[in-house]
Order: sequence, then structure tokens, then C-alpha cells
Amino acid sequence: MRLEPVANPSIWRTTVPPAIAIGSTVVVASLLAMAAGANPFSVLGLILKGAFGSKFALLETLNRATPLIFTGLSVAVAFRARLWNIGAEAQLYAGALITVVLGTGMLQWGAFALLPALAIASMLAGALVLLVPALLKVRFGVDEVVTTLLFNFIFLLFISMLLEGPLKDPMGMGWPKSERLIAEARLPRIVDGLRLHWGFGLALIAAALVWVIERRTTLGYEMRAVGLNREAAGFAGIPVNRVLIKTALLAGGLAALAGFSEVAGLKGNLTLDLSPGFGYTGIIVAMLALLNPLAVVAAALFVAGIFVGADSMSRAASVPSYLADIMLATALLLMVLAILLTRFRVVRE
Amino acid sequence: MKNAKAAQVVLRLDSITKRFGKLVANDAISLSLQQGEVIALLGENGAGKTTLMNILFGQYTADEGTVEVFGDALPPGNPRAALDAGVGMVHQHFTLADNMTVLENVTLGTQGLLSLRQDRAAARAKLAQLATDFGLQVHPDAKVGSLTVGERQRVEILKALYRDARILILDEPTAVLTPQETDDLFATLRKAVKLGLSVVFISHKLHEVMAISDRVLILRHGRLVAERPIAEVTKETLASLMVGSEVKAPTVAPGQPGKTLMRLHEVSTPDRGSAPGLKRVSLSLRAGQVIGLAGVSGNGQGALADLVGGLIGPATGRLELDEAHLNTWSPREAVHAGIARIPEDRHKTGTIAEFDLTENAILEAYNQPPYSRSGWMNWRRAEAFTREVIDTYDVRCPGPATRIRLLSGGNMQKLILGRVLEANPRIILANQPVRGLDIGAVNYVHSQLLAARDRGAAVLLISEDLDEIMALSDVIHVISEGRLSPGFARGTKTPAELGVWMAGHGFEPETADAS
Amino acid sequence: MDMLEILLSASFWTAAIRIASPLIFATLGELICERAGILNLGIEGIMVAGAFAGWMAVYSGTGLWMGVAVAMAVGMLFGLVHSLLTVPFGLSQHVVGLGVTLLATSLTYYAYRLALPEVTSPPKIDAFQPFEIPLLSDIPLIGPALFSQTPLTYLAFLSVGVVTLVLYRTPLGLALRAAGENPSAVAAQGLSVTGIRMGAVIVGSGFMAVGGAFLTMSAFDSFFFEMVNGRGWICIALVVFGAWKPGKALLGAILFAAFDALQIRVQQTPLGTDIPYQVFLMTPYILSILALIVMSRRAEVPAALMVPFNKGER
Repeated sequence: MRLEPVANPSIWRTTVPPAIAIGSTVVVASLLAMAAGANPFSVLGLILKGAFGSKFALLETLNRATPLIFTGLSVAVAFRARLWNIGAEAQLYAGALITVVLGTGMLQWGAFALLPALAIASMLAGALVLLVPALLKVRFGVDEVVTTLLFNFIFLLFISMLLEGPLKDPMGMGWPKSERLIAEARLPRIVDGLRLHWGFGLALIAAALVWVIERRTTLGYEMRAVGLNREAAGFAGIPVNRVLIKTALLAGGLAALAGFSEVAGLKGNLTLDLSPGFGYTGIIVAMLALLNPLAVVAAALFVAGIFVGADSMSRAASVPSYLADIMLATALLLMVLAILLTRFRVVRE
Repeated sequence: MKNAKAAQVVLRLDSITKRFGKLVANDAISLSLQQGEVIALLGENGAGKTTLMNILFGQYTADEGTVEVFGDALPPGNPRAALDAGVGMVHQHFTLADNMTVLENVTLGTQGLLSLRQDRAAARAKLAQLATDFGLQVHPDAKVGSLTVGERQRVEILKALYRDARILILDEPTAVLTPQETDDLFATLRKAVKLGLSVVFISHKLHEVMAISDRVLILRHGRLVAERPIAEVTKETLASLMVGSEVKAPTVAPGQPGKTLMRLHEVSTPDRGSAPGLKRVSLSLRAGQVIGLAGVSGNGQGALADLVGGLIGPATGRLELDEAHLNTWSPREAVHAGIARIPEDRHKTGTIAEFDLTENAILEAYNQPPYSRSGWMNWRRAEAFTREVIDTYDVRCPGPATRIRLLSGGNMQKLILGRVLEANPRIILANQPVRGLDIGAVNYVHSQLLAARDRGAAVLLISEDLDEIMALSDVIHVISEGRLSPGFARGTKTPAELGVWMAGHGFEPETADAS
Repeated sequence: MDMLEILLSASFWTAAIRIASPLIFATLGELICERAGILNLGIEGIMVAGAFAGWMAVYSGTGLWMGVAVAMAVGMLFGLVHSLLTVPFGLSQHVVGLGVTLLATSLTYYAYRLALPEVTSPPKIDAFQPFEIPLLSDIPLIGPALFSQTPLTYLAFLSVGVVTLVLYRTPLGLALRAAGENPSAVAAQGLSVTGIRMGAVIVGSGFMAVGGAFLTMSAFDSFFFEMVNGRGWICIALVVFGAWKPGKALLGAILFAAFDALQIRVQQTPLGTDIPYQVFLMTPYILSILALIVMSRRAEVPAALMVPFNKGER
């Protein structure tokens, strides 16, 4: 077989493969639910209901989507420039770390000064964390996939060390967790009485800003050019390495905002289970969104919905909540294939 | 042994048709090859020669038609079957693994994959025997990456012979050779024919076709338009058959040289893998002149192009622009200095396939007003510029928002021309500007370059096609192994004389012992 | 002097070789994939799946070797998924690899929860036991280190030899290496690039899964979540460190494991009590990054690594 590009794909060619990918994902989930001895329809129904079926469920989904929008944007920005940042997890913790370091009393400012300061400090910390692998790539040609992956492990151990050392909450009954943020460092709720904090609003603003950067600014043009064809970009005079570094700083900063928003908006302190893999899930979000920053919001809602729904489903049915991860992995793999098939036709030889 | 069997048909293609989408690459082509015969397949780029041979070799499947080798039909789409039937193909772009040895490359795939061990001694002996028989000496344990282009081609031929090929197909084999190496290749082919092989020789160079083949078949736009014994044709008749009679190349008046715009003084650059860097090269680019750079590919043209284009700086020596020494040098500075750069590979370096025409048109000026002001893009102005280029340079496309990968090579090149020429450049670096284009586009590109010259630009034309260099250049330099010959004024050297330089003779350190 | 004592103790080297064994399997597997031109980031998840599959098979009553075979088969299945997407369809090897890791890991955890719904601590199996090779195991230092290991460790070392032979001494190995250097050279000789690359990824994934199974069937006797813990990523670094050569990769794995064994022991010395244990746990990952930096200047990368091949591309 051979792949042949399709010049002007029909509406069917652009819609049917993705639809089949989603459909197949649902089929896979149903089969696995049956393997667990459950009725697939009720399992899928429970997931939907658990994700979007009530005000409480919906708010839970929005809350869960918030860090995923940030990490999804981070990955989308980096992948757009073909900088394979798999380290959003470490960058997220960097943001969370700086938030608790500065926000537990070190800076005694009012909320209007403190919150922006914490957000900016987080972004700087995250940027710094991705700067190291980016420099290693640019200076030594070290593959950033492996270094960013390994950094995740290193950074989590570093956090663990701090939480058992200097950052340990003396009142924490021996648990490795930080002190709580002061009240001025907490992100307020968007609407009084609804459990949804301004981190979600910040995420939406970030998505819009990233879109503007990519489409309307010179840096965005450079990032896209470098991602699509590094050789041509360099030939034309685009400073490829400098663009990669700038991309890394932006991507690292975005992922760090996830940590800031989780700590300041939701948790109030730093623990080792702050992120159940938001950094890695960001890759799925970004890929499902085809790296489009606005679509990242929708993809994050979808992914968060599956997680929240599966959690609630597993409490009601005897189906492990890992079903959510399986569904997302399947959706990711089938979706990249489906997107390919919207642009290429398979020719039999 | 060549008497009764001489007329045996070893290969027969019967009404082969192949379409790529709407393009008919091969339109009902039939041909036959007899034992001990050399036929030439002549045609322009895009005439369908390579497609036809890829069908014969099983890399494409024909939509219609059949292939017969030694009287047996070949199953379509199966290179293995073609190889086993005795068809050997020497590809235009070598299919060799650089990081592996000659012996490994030659024996690849010649034994069942599941057999437990390789019989290296026997393989080595057979290779040595073939090398002697056909005059193709190469070291079996040398890494292919360390060989010269001519040696690599020998390995390609040995690969086919090692598999006991009885029919050799050579796709544009001389494009990468010096005239002398070409003679060696022809000697090898004559030996092969004496030993009973048959040869299909694909080319667009008329004098080579005249020199080696017994019969010539001419393809145009995917059709077989003529078939003649070589004794019955002249170069002129072949030329008109090949392009149709309607096209005339632009007549070239000599340029009016002005002052020197750029000067290289004793410039050297590091080698790059098997490609040599520049070796103490001195060169002046003068306004109003086309300076042609002749040479076999891979002899330092890439380094010179990169130097003039700002991608590398001199390791030693001086690079001067308007008599001023350049201390820093980058693509961006080259663009600012008024250098129009037409890159060798328009797909890989000239354009970004997934960008639309507008995004490609401003690729070099994207960070300058009016397209960019304090970090913000002005897409309206960029699109206006693109429309202007599309109109002025006759870029055939649905519109500026089309992705450039959907354009033909000629239209892509026109967009690049527009991009760089609209900036009114003082120096034009044209690296293989017409490679792969049809004759209409070739003439268009050439006339644009000449018009720019007449407006006072200095044009550095790099090409592997000696005919192109000789037709356009006011001054010709030859490059070989990174060394540059003196400049020869238009009409002062014959192709044969330039060929001697291309083969590496006549350069300074050798002057004493050159006969 | 503490350090010297550790380095000269047989138990240290025994531990080092034991720690190296799963890395050897998985590094070989990754090396096979990369030599054919495919980066397999599914390695981490495939090791998890292999660890669970082998252990689960034995727990449900098969023999130990059957368990290894089951692990291998499961690994090959994920290799098939990976290679189908990356070879004929030429999809991004980064994205597919990470997707396969996620898929394999989550399927494994799902299966674990289904198979053992109520347990709080996972059951143990009768794992591979050390087998002392007569005479050889009596050699001081080297004997206990190399010749009183479990059969799976011997298999790991044997595999290095077999893979080396196949890669450099058989037509198959020649074709595989050529597919990673210049796939069109392979196609021009009438061989199927798709077949060779897919085969390499499938077999390589089988090796990775056996590496995972070593953890549950030889190093330990039970399955825990997070037990692979980044070993797969470390193996990718080891392939680079070993310059894509099995012998050097083996040395790299042993060197790496020795450092790992060393940090475990230093933790127990007075020095170790002053330094947080996390610093020691970080060392393998930091070492991997250092190895990558040191080796980055070498140009031995297979030329067509991560370059998809589309037959007859125009």
C-alpha cells in the first residue's frame, strides 16, 4: 500500500474518518465494560451523566479541564514548533512550587498585586524548567523527548525532597505537604456559591492569547515556520534556535500556570499528588485539538469529562476508572490515524 | 554467439498507461528491446521516462498494459520479480546506504532473509570477478559514504550485475558525472553489451544519446512520439522531436559589466561529509554579468552557494561586499544586503509546503515593515504583495490562500522568483534554478534572470547542466574538489576544455605536472 | 574506603547485574526498533504490560517460561499496534509511541483491577531462583556476579550475543540495518521495507516486554503499580549511550546498574543519612541525561531513524 495526498478532500473524507475513530473508541470502551461484567450502555450513560449530567458534575468537569487547558496549550505551542515537550508535568510542579514558596506568607501583598505576581513567577519557573532541555537540544543536539521525560522524574523527586524538608508543613501531622496559601494568594470563585475558580477564566484567556500569538504575531509566524520546515526557515533567515528557545519559554510558562491555578484555585497547598498526570494528558488534549489553541479548550473539556465521568461511573458500577485512560489512549491513536486519512488516500499496489 | 540470437527480444512493454490523478504520466507506451542492444529513452523532465522505468521495475503498477521479460509476463508492482527476471536498475538518486560497506550494499537482499549466515567469501570473490570483467573497480570494504559520486555509481551498477541482471536500466546516469567519467561509463556499457546484456539508457542529453545508443525513443508529455535508429537522426532532429518545434530558447546578448559588488578572496570552508568545502576560492561578482559556475555536483557548489547566501561564513579568507570586509554573515544579513537567493531545492529549502502562498511569499521579509511592525503581522499587506507576485510572475494558482504544495514545480519556482526579484536585488544567487522544470518554465526563468542582469544585477548561476551555463554566462568558472578555476569569458572555451577542468585538471598546484 | 569496600564486594556486583538485566532486554528491544529506523516510545508501557502479563500468567498456573512467552506475546501485540501506525501509515513516532505507552499502561491497570478486584497487597508467585553455574560461580567476585543469577539474566546476556550475530552476520540483520540507514536501498533490492520495519518493531517490543517481566518474575515476585518507573525512558538513553551497538549497550546497562546499586548502598552509609534519599533516587535519571549529553556529538545515529518511508513517493 501507498499513501497519496488528496488535493481537495471532500466533506466525507474530512468528516467520516474522525467520526469512525470516535465511534471505535466507544466500541472499545463498551467491550471492556462487558469484560468487567457490566452493561456497556449503562456504563457509557453513567460516564456521560457523571461528566455533564448535573450542575455539580459540570462544575467538576470544568475544574478538571482547567489544568488540562494549560498543559494542552503548552504542548500545542511546543509541538507546533516541533519541540517535543513531554515535560509539562515537571513544569506544572515548578509553577505550583513557586506559588507555595511565595504565597504562603513570604509576600504579604494584597490579592490584586499578589495573584498576578504569583502567576508571572510561576510562568518564569516553568519556562526555566523547559529551558534546560531546550538548551541541551539547541547546543548539543540532545533529543528533548527523553530529557523532558527524565526531568519529570527528577523534578517530582525534588518536590518530594522539599516537601519532606524545608517546605514541610509543621502542622501537617507528618504528611509531606506544604503550608497553606494565605487568603490573598487564593484565586477567587468566578460566581459566588459556584465551585469554579478564576483559574478557568485565566485558561480561556490564555487559549485566546495563544491563538493571537500564533496567527497574528511575528513570533507565531516564526514558530509555525520552524515547526513545518526547519531547513527552509533557517534558509530564509529565521533564527531557528532562538525561536525554539522562545517557544520553550512560552510552553513551559503555560504548563506552569496549570500548577499555579491548581494550587491557588483549588487545593490551597502543594502535595505530591497535585497532578494525576495532567502534563501527560496535555499531550492527548493537544493532539485531539490538532494543536489549535482554541480547539484545546474543547478537547480539554472532552478529556476532563471522560475522567470525571469515569470516576463517578466506577463508584456506581464495578468497572475500574482506568477505562477513561484506555478510552483516551485509543481515541488519541485512532484520531491521528483518522486525521491522516482525511488528507491522504490509501492506494493499493 | 551473437548471430542467430541477436534478434531475440528480451524486453517488451505493451501499451503501458499510468495516471497520477488527472495527469497522464504514460499514455499507451509500447517498446521492445533486443539482446545486445542499447536503446535510449529521450525526453524532457516530466516527459514520463522515470515513471515508465519504475513501472517496468515494479515500483509503480501500470493502470493498463503489460511488461514481458524474456517472453514471460512480469507480475505488476513487484520489484522482486523484476530483479529475479534479470532486470537491474541504476536509479537516478542512488539507493545506497552511506553508513554501510560496498559489499554490504551489493549483497543486500540477495540471500533469503531467513538464511542463517552470509557467505561473505563467495560474495567477495564474485564481486571481484565482476569488477574485473566490467572495469568497475571499487574497494569492497569501503563505506559508501566515503566514495566519490562516480564510485557510488559503479556500486549501483555492480549491485545490478551481482544479481545477474541481463537488462540494465540506467536513469539519467550521467547527470552526476564529469565528461571523462561519462566516457568510462560508456566503456563499461559497451563491455556489458559485448557480454550479452541489453541496456536502456534514459537521458535528456542529446550528444550522449547519439554516442551510446543503437536506437532512440522519444517521449513527450507521456507519449511515445518517435522511434528512430540512431544512424538516421541528428542532434537537431532529436531536439525538435523532444521539445516539439514551437519553443525557442531566448537569445542571449552579452552583459555590460559594471563595478564589483561582492568579492571572495582566498576563501576556504570546512568539508561536509563527502562533499568538499571551498579551497582558497577567489571570485568577483560584477554588476550586469551572469557568472556561471560549472562543475559536477558535489564539488563544492553547495558550500559556495551557502557562503553567498549567508548560511555559512568563511573559515579563512575574506568576504567583501562593496569593497567592505564582512565580519558577520547570516541569511538575514544576506537578504538585507540585497542578495536574492534561489535555493537548489525548492521543496526542502525554498518553500514551506504546508504554508499558503502568502506565508511563503514573505518568508524572507516577514519581520520587516510593512509585513511586521513591532512584532505584529500585517497579513493584508502580505496578501497584497502576494497577489502582485502572482500577477507579475504569472504564478498559476487558485489564489494566495492556496497551500504551496499543491502548485507545480514551475509555479513554485515562479513564486520564489517573485519573492526575491521584487526586492530589486543587486546580487542573484541562482542555484539550479531550472532543475526539473518543463521547457516553457525554463525559458521564463532564464529570461527573468537575464532581465535582472540587464537592470544591473550580478547573477551567480550554479548548474550541473553545462549547456545551460554556456548559453547564459558572461563569465564561466569551473569548480572541482572545492577549487575554483579562473574565469573564462563567453565563448573562449569549448565544452571539452571545460570538461578537463571539471575533472580536476589545470588547477594551480597541479599546473606543473598537467600534461 | 567505604566506597572501595562496596565496589569490591561480590554482593554489590550481583545486585548490579540483577538491576541491569531488565535494562538489557528492553535496551536490546529499543535498539532493534531504532536500527530499523523506528523510535519506539511505547517501551515504558510495553514493559508495564510485560511485567503484568508474565506475572499474571504464572499466578494463574502456567510455568515460569510459559509466563515469559506470554509476556513476550503481549509485548509483540503492542509492537504490532505501534508498527501498524508508524510504518505503513508513517504517523508521528513520538505521538504513537506515547499513545502506546498510555494504552498499554492503562489496559494493564484495568486488567489488574478486573483480575484482582479486592486485594490490597498483590499476591506473590514462585519467581525464578538463582541458578549457580558449577565451577564458574566459584570464581571470586566475577563468579557470584555473573554466574549465580537467575536463568532470565543468563537469557539477557545470551540475547545480546544472538542479536549481535543476527544484526551483523545474517542477511536479515543486513536488511534490518539498511532499513534504518536508507529504506530506498532496501526497496530497490526488492525487499519490503514495511515488512522489515514492522517485524523489527514487533520483535523489539517482545524484548521490551520480557524486560518488564524480569521485574515481576525474577527481580521481585509480585506486581506493583509504578514498578517500571521510567526504566523504559532510561533504556532509550542507553541505546544512544551504546551508540546503537548491542555490545556497547550491554556495557552501558551494566555501568548504569552499577551506579544504581552503588547509590542504594551509599544511602546506608553515614554519608547517606545526611543527604535526602530523593537525591539518590534522582541519580539514575540525571546519569541518563549526562550520558545523552556526552554521546550527543557522535554521529552514529541510524540515518533514517524517524524518517517514514512511503513507497513510490513522488
